[in-house]
Amino acid sequence: MADTIFMSLGTIAVLSAVFCILQRNALASAIWLVLTMLALAGMYLILGAPFIAAIQVLVYTGAIMVLFIFVIMLLNLGEGGSDIRGPVGKAVGLVLTVGLGSFLLRLGGYDPARLAFELTGTTDLSPAAVFSAAEAGRQAAESQGVVGAVAGPLFSTYLVPFEVTSILLLAAIIGAVVLAKRKV
Amino acid sequence: MLLGPALTLSALLFAIGVVGVLIRRNAIVLFMCIELMLNAVNLTFVALSRYHGVGGQLMVFFVMAVAAAEAAVGLAIILAVFRHTASVDLKSNTLLQG
Repeated sequence: MADTIFMSLGTIAVLSAVFCILQRNALASAIWLVLTMLALAGMYLILGAPFIAAIQVLVYTGAIMVLFIFVIMLLNLGEGGSDIRGPVGKAVGLVLTVGLGSFLLRLGGYDPARLAFELTGTTDLSPAAVFSAAEAGRQAAESQGVVGAVAGPLFSTYLVPFEVTSILLLAAIIGAVVLAKRKV
Repeated sequence: MLLGPALTLSALLFAIGVVGVLIRRNAIVLFMCIELMLNAVNLTFVALSRYHGVGGQLMVFFVMAVAAAEAAVGLAIILAVFRHTASVDLKSNTLLQG
């Protein structure tokens, strides 16, 4: 059941991503991208990351895409001429992407057993034994709740990156204000 | 066991994002394609975090913070460019072509 929902959400995500890059109207592109991100949030739920799913909806579809749509409407970008590149640009883009895509699609052959084998170099250990951290994470989620299981490591092991993120956001705020002021 | 399908979907989404960056000239659509690629990588992180523990989910958290900062600054740059050239089409921004 979960597999079926996952695959249909994945189909929705891929199709709306394709529509997003083929729409001539920037606003329509943005709406299709919102659909992709909502489908991704559903996939995160099925993959056992409800906190990330909530953040995906709040931050990506709620904040970032609203910012995009706000700018598109501010600039009044209507149906202009097509901004899709000519035949040469299309051909180069497709060749590069087919190469990259066929390389990346080999990742689809991974399953937990192969992952465990490539990490340890032996087939003696079962995946459950190799990935003991995952089981610990599931137990933490049961005892502390899904937010607690993420927040614990965030404020202990990953405290320095977390603090660096605050400096990054401060720099982004200052940069955005300086750039968006009238005189550049 | 959704690891293989999740990685396949993430590869497809990333490739679609790359196509978008390569074939479009609208700066805002280009930005949206970059967001799409970031999302594809996030899907990989979440799929692998089922096996490697909660660290992958925290990386998604940081990627989202970086994406939010990037969108704010990038859209401010696009606004500044729009004031100069009255267009977000990259065809009209050819200062470096000499």
